[in-house]
Amino acid sequence: MTGAHVATAPTGGAVDSDRTRAENSLGRRLVLPAVVLMLLVTAFPMLRAIWLSTFDYSLTAPDERSFVGLSNYWTALTDDLFWQTTGITVFYMVFTVAVELVIGFAFAMVMHRVIFARGVVRTSILIPYGIITVVSGFAWQFAFSSTNGFVNGWLPFIGDDFNWFGESMPAIVAICVSEIWKTTPFMSLLLLAGLAQVSEDMLEAAKVDGATWWQRLFKVILPNMRAAIMVAVLFRALDAYRIFDNIFVMTNGAQDTASISFLTYRQTIEQFQLGLGSALSVLLFLSVLLVAYLIVKLFRVDLAAARQEG
Amino acid sequence: MSTALLAACGAEGKPELHWYVNPDGVDTFETYADTCSTDEYDISVEQLPSSATDQRVQLARRLAAEDSSTDLMNLDPVFVAEFANAGWLAEVPEETAEEIMGSVEGQGSYLAGAAETVIWDDTVYALPQWANTQVLWYRKSLAEAAGLDMTQPVTWQQIIDAAATEGGSVGVQANRYEGYVVWLNALIQGAGGEIVGNTEAGRDAEVELDSDAGRAAAGVVQALADSDAAQPDLSVSNEGTVLGPMWTDPGEFMVNWTFVYATYRDTVGQPGGPADEQAFEDLGWARYPATVEGEESRPPIGGIHIGVGAYSDHPDHAAEAAACVTSTQAQVDLALNNGLMPSTEEAYEEVADSGEFPEDLIDLYRTSVDTGGPRPKSAFYPLISNAVQDQWHSPASVDPDRTPQRSADFLRAVLSGEELL
Repeated sequence: MTGAHVATAPTGGAVDSDRTRAENSLGRRLVLPAVVLMLLVTAFPMLRAIWLSTFDYSLTAPDERSFVGLSNYWTALTDDLFWQTTGITVFYMVFTVAVELVIGFAFAMVMHRVIFARGVVRTSILIPYGIITVVSGFAWQFAFSSTNGFVNGWLPFIGDDFNWFGESMPAIVAICVSEIWKTTPFMSLLLLAGLAQVSEDMLEAAKVDGATWWQRLFKVILPNMRAAIMVAVLFRALDAYRIFDNIFVMTNGAQDTASISFLTYRQTIEQFQLGLGSALSVLLFLSVLLVAYLIVKLFRVDLAAARQEG
Repeated sequence: MSTALLAACGAEGKPELHWYVNPDGVDTFETYADTCSTDEYDISVEQLPSSATDQRVQLARRLAAEDSSTDLMNLDPVFVAEFANAGWLAEVPEETAEEIMGSVEGQGSYLAGAAETVIWDDTVYALPQWANTQVLWYRKSLAEAAGLDMTQPVTWQQIIDAAATEGGSVGVQANRYEGYVVWLNALIQGAGGEIVGNTEAGRDAEVELDSDAGRAAAGVVQALADSDAAQPDLSVSNEGTVLGPMWTDPGEFMVNWTFVYATYRDTVGQPGGPADEQAFEDLGWARYPATVEGEESRPPIGGIHIGVGAYSDHPDHAAEAAACVTSTQAQVDLALNNGLMPSTEEAYEEVADSGEFPEDLIDLYRTSVDTGGPRPKSAFYPLISNAVQDQWHSPASVDPDRTPQRSADFLRAVLSGEELL
């Protein structure tokens, strides 16, 4: 038993045989080209972004390029617009993930329990996820349009010529609706996998003990799919934090609807401000890391556990 | 060896010049790509996206990567300074350049307004192909009911009041996009001001928004936004959305580009167009409205210029092809087939003689281009444009007491790289 353990997973230099060491060294040499290639492909753009972020550099005025150190970061971090777009981005993330969690769970229950036309029901719930985000953005932009959209006609409490994109809050709502419609199926798919793990025996036992439907939901089903819920929240939250397409299509960032990704895009691609844009993309990268870290820590997501159970 | 060389030059051994065109008038561009191809080279047409911003981004990405296959390109006038400053455009051959320089002073064959927009840093970087401008389109019956004398120059305030009293509207481009800056720039220039001066100083250009002209322009925006004449979708309106209300009674006053005439003429009896020929007869046109009474308006200038890529493998062929596709005949064809108005006097004469357009309309276009005002020529134009959009959008938030001053401060900070946009 011990010998097999050493052979498959050597734990320290003392127990490694010469052969194991030679095999490990060969292994390292064999993967080296792949590692170098990976680093070239992934690390180079990142390092270049960091390098560029230390310059005042506009693509259309190459002669005026100058080294400014960390001043671009200072400009970004002391700018109200940076914090405002970060705030809006966090709002998009929290609001859409919360709504998607509730609707996604309801859909997952339907997909899990549906007895007939199972294929049709599942497919129709998943269709929005198959549609390209830009396309769904356009579809919802038309839907919310005050001239040819259907939303105003369907909502009795607002006027027929209400301009959803004329003010900040309605525009953000429209963007959120598009985002929620598009990605709820993804959430429900992850939750469906979690639901499938909840043992029918436990549910049966709870029923026999006289637990109501709500008690079974909160005491048996949800605690048992905690890992799946947390992974779903983590994935969707990181995805939602990078929201871009819907904003690009529906408002082009007008009415204070721009997210941090959109701000970065505008600096780099629309205005060719490579220095400031690179600084923003580095900050965006760091903030995504921070969001991931906070979710993993705050909700104690155990990715390993989720993988083993799934 | 010779086969390898031949293979490198393409299947037929002839180089192929790539011409990137915007989607207006593609059929005519394609005809001219064929006509202007010679025994020495072929021209192929590649289509750019429809919005000016996307066209600029796509071309810039190619040129920044020193793409040698970007031989010829259609450029919006505001891209010229930016692209030339980045070193992406080849200079125009000397003889033509002198002709264009002379035209600015009124001594050449090009319309002065169009010629002025292809010059950056005293050098000519592109050939004007067609010149666009805006005029005031309106329903004659609406103006008559409101008692406006359209044979005289009208002011913005007059048309806003006239539309409001008659239940009509005033159509402008006020979405948060380049079209809004076109309007604001015309309003400010119409009051004798500029958004920025000394643009060749790059980041140190003088911001002149905080001026009487800036306040007069803000006054017009505010007056329209507060008026009953404002269209419900004012804050998201563009060149297309303002077309509709013209034929819903009692109609509208609308500032828009030259394509309007052909659009309405071709949609008689169709949804969104005039009901019949008689309704179409009710369409009127006049010079762009004045910002300040008594001061001449400065209509916006648009259009398309042909530039030659600085990294082209065949610069001489490309320069020759650029001259061919901007020939008088090409300009006349673009005007007659696609309603895109010429940039030279000679071509204008021919278009006027063809009888396809009302004579007074042709005259109006020509004087509008000649006396119009270009948007700021700067290597940092997108910063200027976006900074203005940021502070002046939405129209309902514009206040003459605050907006010009705040937007001037903001634009200065943005230009010096101290503020995000």
